[in-house]
Amino acid sequence: MSLQKKDVEKIAWLARLALSEQEVSDYARDLSDIFELVKQMNTVDTEGVLPLAHPLEITARLRRDEVVETNERDRFQSIAPLVKNGHYLVPKVIE
Amino acid sequence: MAAPQAGHDLHQKTLAELSAALHERVVSSEELTRVFLDRIERFNPILNCFTTITREHALAQAKAADRRLKSGQGGPLTGLPIAHKDIFCTLGVKTACGSRMLDSFIAPYNATLIEHMHDAGMVMLGKTNMDEFAMGSSNETSYYGPVKNPWDPERVPGGSSGGSACAIAAQIAPAATGTDTGGSIRQPASLCGITGLKPTYGRVSRYGMIAFASSLDQGGPMAHTAEDIAMLLKVMAGFDKRDSTSVDRPVPDYTARLNDDIQGLTIGLPKEYFGEGVDSEIQALIDAAIKVFETLGAKARTISLPNTHLSIPAYYVVAPAECSSNLARYDGVRYGYRCKDPRDLADLYCRSRGEGFGAEVKRRIMIGTYALSAGYYDAYYLKAQQIRRLISEDFKKAFEDVDLIVGPTSPTVAFKLGEKTDDPVTMYLSDIYTVSVNLAGLPGLSMPVGFVGGLPVGLQIIGNYFSEARLCNVAHRFQQETEWHRMRPEGFS
Repeated sequence: MSLQKKDVEKIAWLARLALSEQEVSDYARDLSDIFELVKQMNTVDTEGVLPLAHPLEITARLRRDEVVETNERDRFQSIAPLVKNGHYLVPKVIE
Repeated sequence: MAAPQAGHDLHQKTLAELSAALHERVVSSEELTRVFLDRIERFNPILNCFTTITREHALAQAKAADRRLKSGQGGPLTGLPIAHKDIFCTLGVKTACGSRMLDSFIAPYNATLIEHMHDAGMVMLGKTNMDEFAMGSSNETSYYGPVKNPWDPERVPGGSSGGSACAIAAQIAPAATGTDTGGSIRQPASLCGITGLKPTYGRVSRYGMIAFASSLDQGGPMAHTAEDIAMLLKVMAGFDKRDSTSVDRPVPDYTARLNDDIQGLTIGLPKEYFGEGVDSEIQALIDAAIKVFETLGAKARTISLPNTHLSIPAYYVVAPAECSSNLARYDGVRYGYRCKDPRDLADLYCRSRGEGFGAEVKRRIMIGTYALSAGYYDAYYLKAQQIRRLISEDFKKAFEDVDLIVGPTSPTVAFKLGEKTDDPVTMYLSDIYTVSVNLAGLPGLSMPVGFVGGLPVGLQIIGNYFSEARLCNVAHRFQQETEWHRMRPEGFS
């Protein structure tokens, strides 16, 4: 399997990763190699095999719908890159 | 290599020995802590195994531990120093996970595992270097530079818990925590000549452990001996309501069964683990270790895990898929790295992530993104989960006939720094014997069984679900008969 540069650019956009030209060509090669390895999965017939999503096949536990966390906005925002008046700042989204 | 002298070389001792020394008041926790802090200062510039040293924090904890010991309130681990992998959130202490993305991150809370260690009275020496977001098998993907293997500083310590393994091998920490998603405790333990355990999935809380692949990640102990591992696991393990996949099941006293007889135990040797690909000298050491088990009354027989060859392909779909989802949270907005002067929101996301993540993390995010993207889900993710079932069934079937499964931890000894960095596929294949254990969620222990060319070789013991006590028992009995776990690298005495 061979991935082209435009495939890598599309994946990088989906993953929101800015890549340099060099990275795009390096990853085109690496990802092609890796999916070549992954292709070995096709050597086995898995028709009818139930997918295993979780090793112990447990389902998520439910808890009571109660407030257990307190609001610690100031503490959590103290490690944010850019905040103002209790808000996280990002570039303007709506003109 | 040299066996340690009997005497006052505290750094060469095991946790169990140090615990006895603390309780007999031969040494105080503060004195012991200073011994290790001084050694960190001396050797870390060469080895690069710590990324943060918490000297003041450690001395305060040591003094508190001494008061507790004096009042007779101390437990077996009270006052013993430990290093924590920098993947565990530590309140008020930098938690960078080997990444530029989190270089500025001061954790606002403690991981449950850290709380357990603090409550037991253990002293945190600092945070250990690791592959970025635990993605790597050599510690070379760390933003903070590679860790050196104390047995040969030209070589890698393994990964991703390479800093933890290195710190123990060089005796600058008597124990450490690690995490294991595809072999990240066992493989570095093997390459550095120490003992490490990946517990059953769900045994140790994942709360506050920075997520890589949530259905595979599991924290666990690393130390010199199986006895030390048992002491640590007893405190680490347990149900945590803050981790939705934590298993609610009593924690046994892992130390109580260390000396159990292993007469009549059946050990399975998967023919797939002993094929070509394994170095013949490593093979000979594994065979010799099996002989030791036989001398102790265990019976060995060949078994088959027929889907072993599919574990790497399936793992490199499942783990990256989960990673691409987990790492979507790093957006340059709420915490972590943010690019300079973003033009718009998309630019903020793309450049913060493009600049904040290293090459291997980006590679895996892209593998996962592609595997999960529209039109490819069935061919990759679904197929990998079906293979995951086949691998799990292989183990289930094997454990109907045998009590334990044994083989090499890694196909090679520690490789040279830079040897595999340009070839991700070759690097991935070094996890061939460890990833299937994570896919199935089973516990696995690695311990040293000899040397090839002066470099340690590890043996892996895989057990059925929640058989950690048995793994520690079998490894302990082996270590009672052998001296491999007492070997220390030259230059760090």
